[in-house]
Amino acid sequence: MELTSHQFKSVSSAKLKDVKLQKALYKAKDGFVVPRAKVVADLDNFEEIRQAAADVRDHGLAHLDVYLEEWEKQAQAAGTIVHWAESYEELNALVVKIAQDNQVKKIIKSKSMVGEETGLNQYVEGHGIEVKETDLGEYIIQQAGEHPSHIIAPATHKSKDDVADLFAEKHQRPRLDDAEKLTHEAREILRPHFLDADMGITGANFMIAETGSTVIVTNEGNGRMTTTMPRVHVAISSIEKCIPTLDDFALMMRLLPRSATGQVISNYVSMTTGPKRAKDNDGPVEFHVIILDVGRTRVLGSDLREALRCIRCGACMNHCPVYQNVGGHAYGWVYPGPIGSVLTPAYNGIENAIDLPNAATLCNQCGVVCPVKIPLPDLMRKLREKQYERNLKSSAEKWSLRLWAYLALRPKLYSIVTRIMARVGKLLGGDSRRINHMLFGGKDWTRHRDLPAPRGRTFRDIYLNRNKTTNR
Amino acid sequence: MPARENILARIRAANKVANVTDVMDSSVADRLASPPISPLPKLDWDPEGQFKRRCHESASTLDEIAQIDELPLALTRYLSKNTLPTKLVCWPEFIDLPWSAEGIQIESRGAIGDDKVGLTGSYCAVAETGTLVLLSGQESHATTSLLPETHIAVIRRSRIVKTMEDAWQLIRGEVVSLPRQVSFISGPSRTADIEMTLVYGAHGPFRVHVIILDQ
Repeated sequence: MELTSHQFKSVSSAKLKDVKLQKALYKAKDGFVVPRAKVVADLDNFEEIRQAAADVRDHGLAHLDVYLEEWEKQAQAAGTIVHWAESYEELNALVVKIAQDNQVKKIIKSKSMVGEETGLNQYVEGHGIEVKETDLGEYIIQQAGEHPSHIIAPATHKSKDDVADLFAEKHQRPRLDDAEKLTHEAREILRPHFLDADMGITGANFMIAETGSTVIVTNEGNGRMTTTMPRVHVAISSIEKCIPTLDDFALMMRLLPRSATGQVISNYVSMTTGPKRAKDNDGPVEFHVIILDVGRTRVLGSDLREALRCIRCGACMNHCPVYQNVGGHAYGWVYPGPIGSVLTPAYNGIENAIDLPNAATLCNQCGVVCPVKIPLPDLMRKLREKQYERNLKSSAEKWSLRLWAYLALRPKLYSIVTRIMARVGKLLGGDSRRINHMLFGGKDWTRHRDLPAPRGRTFRDIYLNRNKTTNR
Repeated sequence: MPARENILARIRAANKVANVTDVMDSSVADRLASPPISPLPKLDWDPEGQFKRRCHESASTLDEIAQIDELPLALTRYLSKNTLPTKLVCWPEFIDLPWSAEGIQIESRGAIGDDKVGLTGSYCAVAETGTLVLLSGQESHATTSLLPETHIAVIRRSRIVKTMEDAWQLIRGEVVSLPRQVSFISGPSRTADIEMTLVYGAHGPFRVHVIILDQ
């Protein structure tokens, strides 16, 4: 997928003024945040389980080479054909080669974020092979020619009316006006494709080393269709999805659906180990898994390593005040929200996504809800430091930081300057006690909001005074 | 395969693994040999009651029968109550029951696109989440629980286990190696991809009916 993160500021400004998007985001926030809170409370020891999951992920990553080798050994023993890819082109070319070797004309696809990274659909279609997305959200955005705006609810930026117009145009049928009818129309349109597609492509939420299995977690059943109906199945995944055992998987499943959609479990959890057995009545004759490493090993060797624990639940974005206001497209790549603000620069180069680690208030909502305890604000702070070290910050920001550092190292001077500023601030605030128009570097701050004015005395003044009067 | 070797080498470099030996790290070998169970939530319910509660929450319907012979009658009851077709496909294990007495037409085969009702067994069920566990195989077609609009599943009471960990324990003890697919099914197919509105019957069954069998 093309990277447009450098446009974050201009795109997010536009998104803030997009009334339809704001309505959709508001709905999505309630739809995710409230149900998650309910089912998390339902676990009496959520914190303990969360810690265990973080530990399992860390252990798995610390021995990732051994677990991947074990996974491969078990998968091959079950008849899976395993491939490895070091670049997006390599993965895409492998998929096309498998398709061509099997005379594939039509592919049905269950949602894959790795596939979004590599731009798989476009590549495959460029080779004259039809690809149908089957997750309803992905189907909607494929019809609209857009990209997902959320990792588990890809069409969350679209309103029901948008979908109604889109379906009426693309399906050439009368316009429908409710979500149920629209969903069932998509079912009706897609069902024949499930039955006659030659190949299915899925992602993999996890790869399980103990058994050489891949797992997908869905609610719609399109994942089961895609892994069962066509004669060839290709699963694409990336190295960090590998976890040790079936019991570790059970642990992850206590957290993933809860954190993602507020469900105790997703409707369909489908674990695939090898192709159709000799006497089986259904299932693909060939099962391929392609394991990708683009950027992952670089992150593994860096101080952003904890980001690889991610199990792609989307809770960090659902709870992020920035995401809640600008939506996923503003982030300009596959993964939006706080995890995207870490992965996008980490995988694509920090100079290519300067604004993302700064598009956060560091409020730590993301860190608190992350089911595998990724310290997202810390990682964003580390990226900011790297930007500074690599001289990628604007000169105004650098000078302000230098000025602040100069003062902070000189307590007496700091005290005098802040006293003056507190008094000037009070004057500027006037009767409303709000500052509406700052000058110079502050102009951007007050363009969209005001600032509570200082009340004339610094914290240190008040504190000293309090000590005197109470004599403590 | 240069990609494979390059990726593994990069992982080792990132993890500062000095020398690669044929001996597996003991923490890894132990974990794979006897997988530890991570902390569980409080499981202070009786499995059957919890299973039923969760089935209800995930929009499955429930029935109970004492003996397998009662299945045709129970199905007739369910199908007529919901005005569903009386033509079924089923797993081989059910074909020899007295179906014709109840006027049910049934075939033992995998489902195709036009089948409306599918009847399956269930390897076991997980109480914690109200989940049916189906193993694909020669005698347990995956399509039967997937393509029809209505999926009816029979689960023996004694096969309701507490957690997914317990299900793995059962499978490790009874099954030589994992089948092509292990399917965890919790209620009818659903989506909320349009404006967060919950709709049943996205691609899989619109209805899941669970019949608990005593014997």
